[in-house]
Amino acid sequence: MEDLLAQAKKVAEEAEVFLISSEETPVQFETNRLKHIQSKQSTSVALRIVRQGRTGYATATDLEDNNNLVNMAVETAQFGSEARFELPSFTSFPPVEVFDADVSSVSIEDMVKLGEEMITRVRDHTPDIICEAMVSKSITSIHITNSRGGQADYRQSIFSLGVEGQLIRDTDMLFVGEGQSSCQPITQPDKITDVVLKQLEMAREQASVATGSMPVIFTPDGIASALLMPLTAAFNGKTVLEGASPLGNKLGEPVFDKKFSLWDDPTINYRPGSRPCDDEGIPSQRTTLIDHGVVTGFFYDLQTAAQAGTRSTGNGRRGRGGLPSPFPSAIVIGPGNTTFNEMVSNIREGLVIEQLMGAGQGNTLGGDFSGNVLLGYKIENGKIAGRVKNTMVSGNIYQLLGQIAAIGDDTKWVGGMISTPSIFLSSVPVASK
Amino acid sequence: MTQIETCGHQLAEILKQQKADYIEARLEESHTSHITYRRGKLESIDNTTAIGGNVRALVKGGWGFTSFNDLSDLSARVELAVKQAQFVGHEESNLATVEPATDTVTAEVNNSPLKMSLADKKQVLDEYNDIICRTPKIQTSTINYGDGSKKSIFLNSAGSFIEQEKVDLSLRLVAVATEGIEVQQAGLSLGSNGDFSSIQGLQQKVEQLAQRAVELLSTSKVKGGEYTVVLDPVLAGVFAHEAFGHLSEADFVYENDRLRQIMTLGTEFGGKELNIVDSAAVPGLRGSYKYDDEGVPSTKTYLIREGKLVGRLHSKETAARMNEQPTGNARAINYRYPPIVRMTNTYIEPRSMSLSDILADIKEGVYVKNWYGGTTSMEMFTFSAGEAYMIRDGKIAELLRPVVLTGNVFNTLKNIDAIGDDLEMNQGGGCGKGAQSPLPVTNGSPHIRIRHCLIGGS
Repeated sequence: MEDLLAQAKKVAEEAEVFLISSEETPVQFETNRLKHIQSKQSTSVALRIVRQGRTGYATATDLEDNNNLVNMAVETAQFGSEARFELPSFTSFPPVEVFDADVSSVSIEDMVKLGEEMITRVRDHTPDIICEAMVSKSITSIHITNSRGGQADYRQSIFSLGVEGQLIRDTDMLFVGEGQSSCQPITQPDKITDVVLKQLEMAREQASVATGSMPVIFTPDGIASALLMPLTAAFNGKTVLEGASPLGNKLGEPVFDKKFSLWDDPTINYRPGSRPCDDEGIPSQRTTLIDHGVVTGFFYDLQTAAQAGTRSTGNGRRGRGGLPSPFPSAIVIGPGNTTFNEMVSNIREGLVIEQLMGAGQGNTLGGDFSGNVLLGYKIENGKIAGRVKNTMVSGNIYQLLGQIAAIGDDTKWVGGMISTPSIFLSSVPVASK
Repeated sequence: MTQIETCGHQLAEILKQQKADYIEARLEESHTSHITYRRGKLESIDNTTAIGGNVRALVKGGWGFTSFNDLSDLSARVELAVKQAQFVGHEESNLATVEPATDTVTAEVNNSPLKMSLADKKQVLDEYNDIICRTPKIQTSTINYGDGSKKSIFLNSAGSFIEQEKVDLSLRLVAVATEGIEVQQAGLSLGSNGDFSSIQGLQQKVEQLAQRAVELLSTSKVKGGEYTVVLDPVLAGVFAHEAFGHLSEADFVYENDRLRQIMTLGTEFGGKELNIVDSAAVPGLRGSYKYDDEGVPSTKTYLIREGKLVGRLHSKETAARMNEQPTGNARAINYRYPPIVRMTNTYIEPRSMSLSDILADIKEGVYVKNWYGGTTSMEMFTFSAGEAYMIRDGKIAELLRPVVLTGNVFNTLKNIDAIGDDLEMNQGGGCGKGAQSPLPVTNGSPHIRIRHCLIGGS
């Protein structure tokens, strides 16, 4: 790594090397039984240079061939964008725990046992359900070093557990499922299967709704599937800089309901979205995006922040081998104090949304979402009446989140990257057959 | 000999010495480059090279798989895959027998981007970017261009040794228009199996794209509910892929008794006019190839013929377990993943109606074009249109905000009551399944009309 940096410095004003290597072991169950064990090793190195003021970038899996990597980066630097950022010189970072050696010592046998336990428990409840399960462990090492003396090294362990069930009656298909991940081993599969059993209970009967606007409760999973994408798009510093964010000129203004707070937080110990620093070596920090309904900030990487005349919030992330770009680490929506049951009991006729299929496919930039209710329930006179199907739920977050009827006290991590309670909206457009 | 060729020959020897019911290995070397524009300017440009491989072993019905970019100790990788498979396997292995092949397939590409300089590619993209950005009320553009070449070597314990080369190219252009808090966008996706000319000469289309984004600012949302809809060939192709294509992937079906019953060959899914095909054997498209990632030759498979289910897409395992012929549809997005059953070039065959005949008797309906995306849960699916217009008295009328449509496979296909004569293949799509996305695929169709289609709205 130091060799590569030294070699790059010979042809460039600035240089940065990012090295990521990982070992991952997924254990997969299909049709109720163990099917596949995998072991994946991967390494890649990325070189970013600033040459004659322009950014060049190249990545490779071969750690030996420094010449090739430097040449590829130099080629792109002829056309690259003007580098406005200054590489950081940080060498120490906030203490964020994201590694637990116990993850690598969980045996394949124990992983298989966890998967079997989940499947057995779901099938004891509903014998004709067909289950898939996944138990996975991984260790990732990250090294960053740059020509300004900046240096970061850390390891992250991740353990994930999930089960999905498919229940078919005639041509009617019901999909249920739950998963959790952590930087520490997950030892209680019951917590995951309890959620699935509850879904099966609530979906036992079928119910139908008429087309029209009605009260809707988005559960934590419902928020992740329907509202997260339009919400985060508007806070991306790059979108703001382009003038394409509806919130770009709303800093300091109340746009959302007073009960609504949202922040990005990569500093919570043992969460998969956490890390001591971002992919550019900027120390992790909590960034408030909405404080009691008021827009308070956006998230940035180095280059975007420099272009916008502000500081990086430590949200630089490299996806798919590309240059760093602003990306949320872990989104947290502040909790309320209404229980889920209280929300349900206040609704005469309405819906609970757990999964909205296809919701991220529209004009998310403008705040729109629209999707088919893959898993959701009808509420009748304050009680769950059964599962709804062939139903579309649509809306615009700027119209809907301006007035929130209630926020739940049932905060939950969904997919490791968002922590949110349920949210109750009093009037959401619903179309049904 | 290249590094992966050397490793391929080493692996061929190692596979001979291992005890498993079946072992295969894949080695890949790829080069890709990306150019992106945002805010009216070139934002990033990068080059990537990757070398890696994998080994997959089958023992008593259980699979083990290792993937790696460290090519130094191949014996250990093979041993690990076999050990994992032994741990999993407790029944009988069942794989379709396929004649071993030794072959070298080179990519025959006209106007290959690999022979072009970055400056020449940039010149084409600069022009499109300028067209978008000079349109009044356009706030910003997003352009993502990518091209890549991949050389792969597949070998297995049955004696196959297949070298294949592929080139792929894709372009997505998005224009974003704003007015006050209102933000609207319009997009266009294109691709090819390497021919750069497929993305040249688009000036007029790009101009229309930018104008549409601006026009969308002053349109309203359709009222949610059931409509008669007419789909353009691009969106109808996405519909074929989402509404039926995924359900015909045998890995969803082969071990699921209830689904097997529902998907019994001969079952009626649509009207007499409806034929749906998947074929990697059609040459020259993004989903085309000679051998799949299990070394099985590609085929043309009718999924639906005259409205009836007549076939499905297989890997070697699903074909054997269902007593059907392998179709060569096992694909992996790269060496980090095992192959799974995937679509290739999927299309609805054309019939005889013209677009004006299809529209003629619709008093009020919605004409939908272009795509944002689509997804499926097998029974239910959604697909979203990049453009939507009201149909009034048989004519295409005012522009609407983009819409998301949904359907249920068991009745929506039966609600197709008109199929056009204007088949078009859309090369701009990528398909996701499991963690493997985006896989190059092609979707195609003529214009189609669907009765009673549910649209989300205000």
